[in-house]
This record gives sequence, structure tokens and C-alpha cells, in this order.
Amino acid sequence: MSAAGAPVLEIRGVTKAFGEREVLRGVDMTVSEHEAIALIGASGSGKSTLLRCIDLLEEIDDGDVFLDGEVITDPSVEAVPVRRRLGLVFQAFNLFPHMTVLENVVLGQMRAQGASRAEAEEQGRALLRRFGLEGREDDRPDELSGGQQQRVAIARAFAGRPRALLLDEVTSALDPELVGEVLHAIRDLKVAGMTMLIATHEMGFAREVADEVAFLHDGRIVEAGAPDRVLTEPERDETRRFLARLLESGRI
Amino acid sequence: MTETVVISDRRLARLAAKRRRQRRGQAIAAVSSVIVIGGLAVWILTSPGWPSVRETFFSWSEFKNAFPEVLEGFWLDVKVFVLVEIAVLIFGLLVALLRTSAGPALFPIRLLATVYTDLFRGVPTLLLVYLIGFGIPALQLTGLPTEPVVLGGIALGLSYSAYVAEVYRAGIASVHRGQRDAALAVGLTEAQALRHVILPQAVRRVAPPLLNDFLALQKDAVLISILGPAEAFRNAQIIQGENFNYTPLIAAALLYLVITVPLARVVDRLGVQTGGVR
Repeated sequence: MSAAGAPVLEIRGVTKAFGEREVLRGVDMTVSEHEAIALIGASGSGKSTLLRCIDLLEEIDDGDVFLDGEVITDPSVEAVPVRRRLGLVFQAFNLFPHMTVLENVVLGQMRAQGASRAEAEEQGRALLRRFGLEGREDDRPDELSGGQQQRVAIARAFAGRPRALLLDEVTSALDPELVGEVLHAIRDLKVAGMTMLIATHEMGFAREVADEVAFLHDGRIVEAGAPDRVLTEPERDETRRFLARLLESGRI
Repeated sequence: MTETVVISDRRLARLAAKRRRQRRGQAIAAVSSVIVIGGLAVWILTSPGWPSVRETFFSWSEFKNAFPEVLEGFWLDVKVFVLVEIAVLIFGLLVALLRTSAGPALFPIRLLATVYTDLFRGVPTLLLVYLIGFGIPALQLTGLPTEPVVLGGIALGLSYSAYVAEVYRAGIASVHRGQRDAALAVGLTEAQALRHVILPQAVRRVAPPLLNDFLALQKDAVLISILGPAEAFRNAQIIQGENFNYTPLIAAALLYLVITVPLARVVDRLGVQTGGVR
């Protein structure tokens, strides 16, 4: 699709277990500048865990993650500055319910990046306009529809001008008729050249927006490649079975 | 046309039935209230001892006589519980934060905070008032307060801070983990996440139980009377001892109700509101 640049995120041999349960068993992947990678896989296959590990919300057991060539998963690396260079959008939005929409978007700018209120709010208003939320700045999150809330969450993650956005099944908690508006916002970010790792169940969307689809199965990336190829002529049996199950449930 | 008429007839019939039900309900409530409350009143008022009980507990002349002094004492109670409540809000939060803190270096502080809440919640407040009110002056150390009111206030504060700390801690624990994750993800430190995201939500949620503890605290302010200060209950007791009439205590009770009943209504309303949000 677009010409990919230098690697932004490099994930090398990452493993993560919760107690006895090994969720990630050696994940390797690279997300290059301006590239969008769709991470697909069954529920519970570790997509969320991988994204949380990259954003240092979980500590990995083995392997390394590099951001712009620097290792970020070394225990000596401070997590806070790394998280400021990444954006994470959650499946359940996780907006701050006691703050207005605008306050949600500017909190990180003001507290973490040290921006002045005026500066942060000007940028925040512009972002909300960009995601079609003009006029909702002073509303509370619970006054918004799910689709609007998720767009606020995307604006919040994007406000820190991250090097890469991590999107964790951002449409899974939405009513079907609200999925489109959120996908539209992501498409807009892709056009703007945002580097993204998108965990998703929306195969049509993955095909349309992603430069590459990676299939996470049994704690590893078992197949990755161009969306058309992976989604229509998968090489691996596991991928084929996963896609067949999705087809049965009417998700494709 | 005919169709809408048919529907509105059905609707009218339903509305009329609903009104009938409501009226019947109200009538039943009224009658049963009269029977229950009236019955209780008759039962007590016709009891053989009622005239002497009325004289000992509800004497109007005694009430008028005692009220000014009881009221004066009550101001001391108000001062004590307002100051203690402010101290409890701050100290309780501090203890809660220490108990929820992470990091091995803070282990002794965590342990101390845990021992404190266990100990001070487990001991009757009355005992604490005795221990601190009489024990601290008996140490004869310089620099420590010896004023009975101050010592009584400290005892109350220590006892209630232990309860309030646990209320705060429950509030902090009730804020969904995703809120902390989201705060960290936008680049906040753990301390900033606590300050800007978790605590504001936790405090809002625990406002009703906190006010509930304050209701109890306001009543327990009478415990400092055992140390001697001339507060409402103490004054009432002195007058009662002089005249062998309990009406002054009823006067003190009324003053307490003036403060606690409105607060109880506030607690109810807050409970309804936070219940509605979720």
C-alpha cells in the first residue's frame, strides 16, 4: 500500500506467562514507519497481552521490544517516557468518567508532556473536530454513544503525537451500527501516515486498511503477509481453520 | 378515526384503574399508619407509669430550665466534631494511601498502617478516650497536650481515622483497573494516575459511607464528657443530677437530632445519586 520506512516497533522473541499459562511463546514481528499491521487471532490468543506488553503495562518474561531501534523492555528502562511515545486504545474505551471529553484528551498533554492548558486545549479541540466530535467537548463520556466514546479514546491516544498507535479490538464493544464511524477514524489516521498495530476481528477492515496481516496462534505469529494473500489463500492449516470459523459465525 | 377512539378508550380505562389502585393504596397506608402509631401512643400514654415518666423525661419546665446550658455545651461538641472530621478526612486518606502503596521500601510503613487500622478499629472508642485522656497526662511528658477536650478529640480522631481509612481503601479498590491502565498509557506516572484519575473517582464513590461514619462520630463526641469538658451531655447530666429529672438529656438528644437527621437525608440522596450513575 504505502511505502514502509524504517522499523518503528521491533518485537523479538517475546514471551509472557501468567502463572502456568504461557500466553506469548516467542512473538516476532516488525512494524515499520507509516505501516499498519492487523493482528488477528482467536479470543484469548494473546493479542491484548502483546499490545499491553509493548506499552509496558505488562512485564515480558523473555525477548525484547525495540522502539525506534532502542530497547524498551529492559528492566533498567523507565516505563513512563516510553509510554509517552506510544498510544494505546482499549477495547472498553477506559475513558475517565469524572472528566469532560476535552479534559480526557488533554490530561496526558498537560500532566505528562508539560503543555500549558491553553496549548493543550487548542490542540485537543482541533483533534476532537478532526474525529467529528465538535460540540461534545464539555460533555461527560457517559453522555456519548459507544462510537463517540471510542473516537474520544482515539483522540486521547493520538494527542501525545505517538510514534505508533496500538489499537486493542477497538470496535469489539460497539453496537454493529457504530463500528463504521470508529473504523473511519482509524482509516483517517492511516491516510495521515500513522504507524499502527491493530488487533482486530474486522477482517474486511483489516483487508482494506492494513499493509500486512499477522495471525497470532498458540502464542506465536504463525503466518503474516499481504492481507489479500493471508485472508484468501492462507498457507497454514491453523489460519485456514480460524478463517473458516469466522466465516461460519458470519464475521467475514 | 374510529381506531384511535378505541385505543384512547382502552387507555382511559387503564388510567382510571391505575388511579383507583393509587387511591386505594394511599387509603390503606393512611389507615394502617393511624392504627399502628395511634395504637402505640395509646398503649404508652395509658400505661400506669406514664404520668411519672412524662414528668421525669418530658417536663417542659425542666426543658426550659436546662436548654441554655445544654445548648452552650453543644457548641463545644460541634467544634470538636467539625475539627475531628476534618482531621479524620486527611489522616484517614493518608493511612489508606500508605496501605495501598507498593514498593518493598515502604513495607514497614504498610505494616504499621495495617496494624493501626486493625488495632484502632478493634478497640472500643470509649476505651481509647480513657487511655488517651487519662494515660497521656499521666506520662507527665512535656510538649504533649493535657487539655481534656484536645485529648478526647485525638482519641476520637484516631478511632474514626481507622474506619475512614478502610472506607477510602475500599473506594480506591473499586475503581476499575482499566482506569489506571489508561492513565499510565497517556504517560502519567503512578502518583499522577492516583491523584488525577483514581482518587477523584474513589472519593466520589465513598462519599455516602464517609458521611455515615461522620454521623456516628458526631454522636460519639459525647464520649469526651467522661474526661470532664462541659459539653452538652455533661451539662445535661449535671442538671439531671441536681433535679433528679432526665429532661435535660432529652434536650441534648434533640440538639443531636437537629444535626444528624439532615445529614442522614444527605447520605440517602447521595446514595441514590451514585446508585443512579452506575
